[in-house]
Amino acid sequence: MGNVTGIGASILRKEDLRFITGRGNYVADIKLPGMTFAVFVRSPHAHAKLLGIDATAALAMEGVVAVLTGADMKADNVGGIPCGWGITGKDGLPMKEPPHPAMAYEKVRHVGDPVALVIAETVDLARLAADSVVVDYESLPAVVGVLEALRPGAPAVFEDIPDNLCCDWEIGDRAATDKAFAGAAHVAKISLVNNRLVGNPMEPRAAIAQYERATDRTTLWSTSQFPHVVKLLMGNFVLGIPQHKLRVVAPDVGGGFGVKQFHYAEEAVVTWAARRLGVPVKWVSERSEGFVSDAQGRDHVSEAELALDETGKFLGLRVRTLANMGGYLSTFGPNIPTNLYGPLLAGVYTTPAIYCEVKVVFTNTVPVDAYRGAGRPEATFLLERLVDVAASDMGMDRVAIRRHNMIQTSAYPYQTPVMMEYDSGDPSGCLDRALALGDWDGFAARRAESAKRGKYRGIGLATYVEACGLAPSRIAGRLGARGGLYESATVRVHATGDVTVLIGTHCHGQGHETTFAQIVSDKLGIPADKIEVVFGDTDKVQFGMGTYGSRSLSVGGSALAKSVDKVILKGRKIAAHLLEAGEPDIVFEDGKFSVAGTDRSLRFDEICLAAYIPHNYPLEVLEPGLEEQSFYDPINFTFPGGAHVAEVEIDPDTGTVDLLSYVAVDDIGTVINPMIVAGQLHGGITQGAGQALCESAVYDDASGQLLSGSFMDYAMPRADIMPNMKILTHSTRCTHNDLGVKGCGEVGTIGSPATVINAVVDALSPLGITHVDMPAAPNRIWRLIQAAGLPKAAE
Amino acid sequence: MELKLNVNGRNIKADVPTEMLLVELLRERLGLTGTHIGCDTSQCGACVVHVDGVSVKSCTMLAVAAEGTRVVSIEGLSGPGGGNALHPMQVAFHENHGLQCGFCTPGMIMSAIDFAGRHTAPTEAEVRHWLEGNMCRCTGYQNIVASILAGTAAIHAETSTSSMEAA
Amino acid sequence: MQGFTYHRPTSVADAVVLLQSEGASGIAGGMTLLPVMKHRLATPLALVDLSGIAALGGIEVDGETLTIGAMVRHVAVADSPVVAAAIPALAALAAGIGDPAVRNRGTIGGVLANADPSADYPAAVAGLGATIVTDRREIAAEAMFTGLFATVLAPGELIVAVKFPVPLAAAYAKFRSPASRYAIVGVFVARFAAGVRVAVTGARPSVFRVPEMEAALSARFDPAALAGIAIPPDGLNGDIHAEPAFRAHLVGVMAARAVAAAGSGAA
Repeated sequence: MGNVTGIGASILRKEDLRFITGRGNYVADIKLPGMTFAVFVRSPHAHAKLLGIDATAALAMEGVVAVLTGADMKADNVGGIPCGWGITGKDGLPMKEPPHPAMAYEKVRHVGDPVALVIAETVDLARLAADSVVVDYESLPAVVGVLEALRPGAPAVFEDIPDNLCCDWEIGDRAATDKAFAGAAHVAKISLVNNRLVGNPMEPRAAIAQYERATDRTTLWSTSQFPHVVKLLMGNFVLGIPQHKLRVVAPDVGGGFGVKQFHYAEEAVVTWAARRLGVPVKWVSERSEGFVSDAQGRDHVSEAELALDETGKFLGLRVRTLANMGGYLSTFGPNIPTNLYGPLLAGVYTTPAIYCEVKVVFTNTVPVDAYRGAGRPEATFLLERLVDVAASDMGMDRVAIRRHNMIQTSAYPYQTPVMMEYDSGDPSGCLDRALALGDWDGFAARRAESAKRGKYRGIGLATYVEACGLAPSRIAGRLGARGGLYESATVRVHATGDVTVLIGTHCHGQGHETTFAQIVSDKLGIPADKIEVVFGDTDKVQFGMGTYGSRSLSVGGSALAKSVDKVILKGRKIAAHLLEAGEPDIVFEDGKFSVAGTDRSLRFDEICLAAYIPHNYPLEVLEPGLEEQSFYDPINFTFPGGAHVAEVEIDPDTGTVDLLSYVAVDDIGTVINPMIVAGQLHGGITQGAGQALCESAVYDDASGQLLSGSFMDYAMPRADIMPNMKILTHSTRCTHNDLGVKGCGEVGTIGSPATVINAVVDALSPLGITHVDMPAAPNRIWRLIQAAGLPKAAE
Repeated sequence: MELKLNVNGRNIKADVPTEMLLVELLRERLGLTGTHIGCDTSQCGACVVHVDGVSVKSCTMLAVAAEGTRVVSIEGLSGPGGGNALHPMQVAFHENHGLQCGFCTPGMIMSAIDFAGRHTAPTEAEVRHWLEGNMCRCTGYQNIVASILAGTAAIHAETSTSSMEAA
Repeated sequence: MQGFTYHRPTSVADAVVLLQSEGASGIAGGMTLLPVMKHRLATPLALVDLSGIAALGGIEVDGETLTIGAMVRHVAVADSPVVAAAIPALAALAAGIGDPAVRNRGTIGGVLANADPSADYPAAVAGLGATIVTDRREIAAEAMFTGLFATVLAPGELIVAVKFPVPLAAAYAKFRSPASRYAIVGVFVARFAAGVRVAVTGARPSVFRVPEMEAALSARFDPAALAGIAIPPDGLNGDIHAEPAFRAHLVGVMAARAVAAAGSGAA
């Protein structure tokens, strides 16, 4: 009989009970004795000199505890917010890395840049007091777009970086690519924008800090995806708090999507304030505040060309991208549009020569960093749009041109011309299944039916590959990472055989308490409800790099598997002693250690008891107790991939795009819990469809004000824009981790923007339209239809 | 200002500032932190509770306006103050994987129960339309919709069973 | 939020007295006022909660007039068999305002007093030629809305009820903002024996009628009658979701859809 809570079982989530009964514990829910409340005063200007701050009126209000500024931080020798990646330009020089003060002094560089912190006995009072702080600004011209920022004479975000260029980066073989283009029968071209997004996890960010003078210990509760990294960055580089005196707790966190995987200024400011004032300080972001202070995502302007031979074979790919960094470098900022973008441009195709250059640019906007997918949706969108354009140019079928260029399953492991070596995959298998599930062949009849109702129907597909499981530390180090990217897990087996897992990843919705328990259950043969998974507290968990880049399962899960294997190994030694057999004769199966070929056996819990009550125990050669820890550093990235198909219908009268169906077939390696995987796909696809159909962070070009600064103007995907998606996995095992897992957190977001827009363009193709920028919002579609005139067929 | 109301079956008397919102009364005064605040424009629905049986955004209602009402928050559906058994809608969210990070979940469930009270045999489209005022960033809504359909069916099955028993 | 004095009168007369005080503001459903106060964009010194006044409730039909009390919530209009029988288009409009939790609190009087350019009810008021009854007078639909968030109501004047003439047929069609879900353009079309009325919300600072459409539809109540009637984009609202030209176009599309819905009997 198989293990009903092991790998592959869709068991219901262990963590649900507290959430469905309202007993979760999010940062905003925490109350401490004597707690004070903090509100940030933020710049209303995109670019201005900070001439002075007058807090007299605020400080005169009864109940206001303090008003602190960037100058106070400077006086206290507080360091700037560090960047976690230092990339290198094509000239061999390091990126420009200007200081990022936790609170601005001298100058503000985006709307929302914090300039002061007001602390009061109630949050309402802190808000009123913040309103009364008078900040003297001298407004400067602002620059918000990458094209404008690179123009000679553009306002300089940093005085000592007059061209606003952080780094001019490249990957690939330029000469080989030029040669490929020289011999091409056809060159397909595209210019596109990858629209800026606001991640908007439903829980706004929050931070509470407490300093205990008696023990000299500082605790920060933060809505973080990586508390240990915050502890390291903030303690070591910003505030100078020794690591053993600092605790960072990320309790229940209400969604992350990358937005919460950075060390934010607010964390440091609140912690510094609590230490300085000696009282606990709580800050909870308002949503409108989050719009101008949470790091944003995407924001590329690109031009790309694909060289093809006369049969449609890809010969070379050339990409030029301008990537917006915003006003400061966020933790992973410069890594996203470079290392997580350029190396993905091969996709699942055999293109032999690729060259990509990326100019990373400062502007007077909110900093840009990783948002679900992070670089890889941008690469997929560009490539898969370009392939459709090439097919259209050459009069080829969109499926046929992809099959013609696809990496054959037998060719894995496959070395691309842009660094990556894909270990496994079956792109054709995914494509075949996606086309079948999406009834690609039956589309013509559906299009005709829509046309009868006056609607334009389109079908689109995209393939993708993702590099995730971040990351092999050795490779990441070469690429500029300033930390390791391994993961750690401790398996604490109690005397009763119950298990506590302490893991360095962080769960904020992904179901780790269930899936990690399933891995342990599978290996130890004990039910998942006897296993507790603990994360998010640096005082409890040894160390960890946190959760992002679809790394938790492939890196954290692999560390966990290693620790469980060590537990079993030790258990075998104990069993051999108790069963008076040689260790090689001990087999562990279904939760029992037995002597091979005999009926002599001991249950797992009996071994555990013996480990903790070592009356009859090989103490000469073996320590008592049963607890094992592992650190796991992968040797390669993992490479999930897949093929998605979407169908849309456009109402030409209103420009409304209706997403009618969505099919995803993904190769994510071994599936631990199919129910949770489907949930991850649903959410990821919806975020990508949101980018394609409705979401966009829009800045006013002249003033740098965020025009889409609340849910009133920023169109979040709601339930009625999505169809019921069909999710199928078609997995090949990852060859370099024992579990065979690849990761599934981001695949939906990577495949869906290209898939949906390819369907939209297909719907509009009878009008001669070959590209639609995102979001395919009604007014954009209507304008395109107006400009295109009558359908070609009607001419 | 003095305020009397019933929250999750308990009669409450509190002296509150007039500007206090219902959500602040629940979270800050009564420790009922299951009701969440996800936006400041009354759109996300994380704060939905029932006031006299209908769903209301507690971030957009003054506490003093709840004078004399019967308020039910997520904590009142089950467990202490609401009996021990889970409400059928809570069960449906669990069984259909209708939540991930859990932040929107209390508002979703409270909204869904109001929906169930108004629909006996709903369609998927009706559920999706109803959720206009409840945002979720994790689930893509698919399993929430499935949860609400299942929960609604369970609620009506329970009602018809108990009415049969009563007959 | 900033503190204020809170009153909950039980009669119109008391409310009107309270509303005369310095910095006083009425609060109905609070669905607009409270968010504005949260952002400290309004700081009333006193709030007069109108929910305790029984005289502001009630839905009744008397001959050819449907009267809805100012404090009647959207959900009550949407669910009312009286409204459904008299002016089904009005029930449908109410059922499409905001979201369920908003409909459970928001009131018709609050919407009209607030005069949000993208609110739905003003289209019904103008489209049906309703009369706004206040504590001191009756205001014709044409006179009610004077601009962006502006009405003819005097300071402290309280809407008591709205009287809607019952049309032969009517329908409301709106195009929602993908973000706020408020109307980018909403068109209310009503056919009376005396002729057709067409009122547009969302497109300008306040609701307006379209005489050319009314004339064409009075002659022939058919979507095709609207062909060739264009609304100039000058002076129309514009935002990131709909520039004036798009709104101008949508007025035509929504008007045609409303006519089709009214004509088919779906209204």
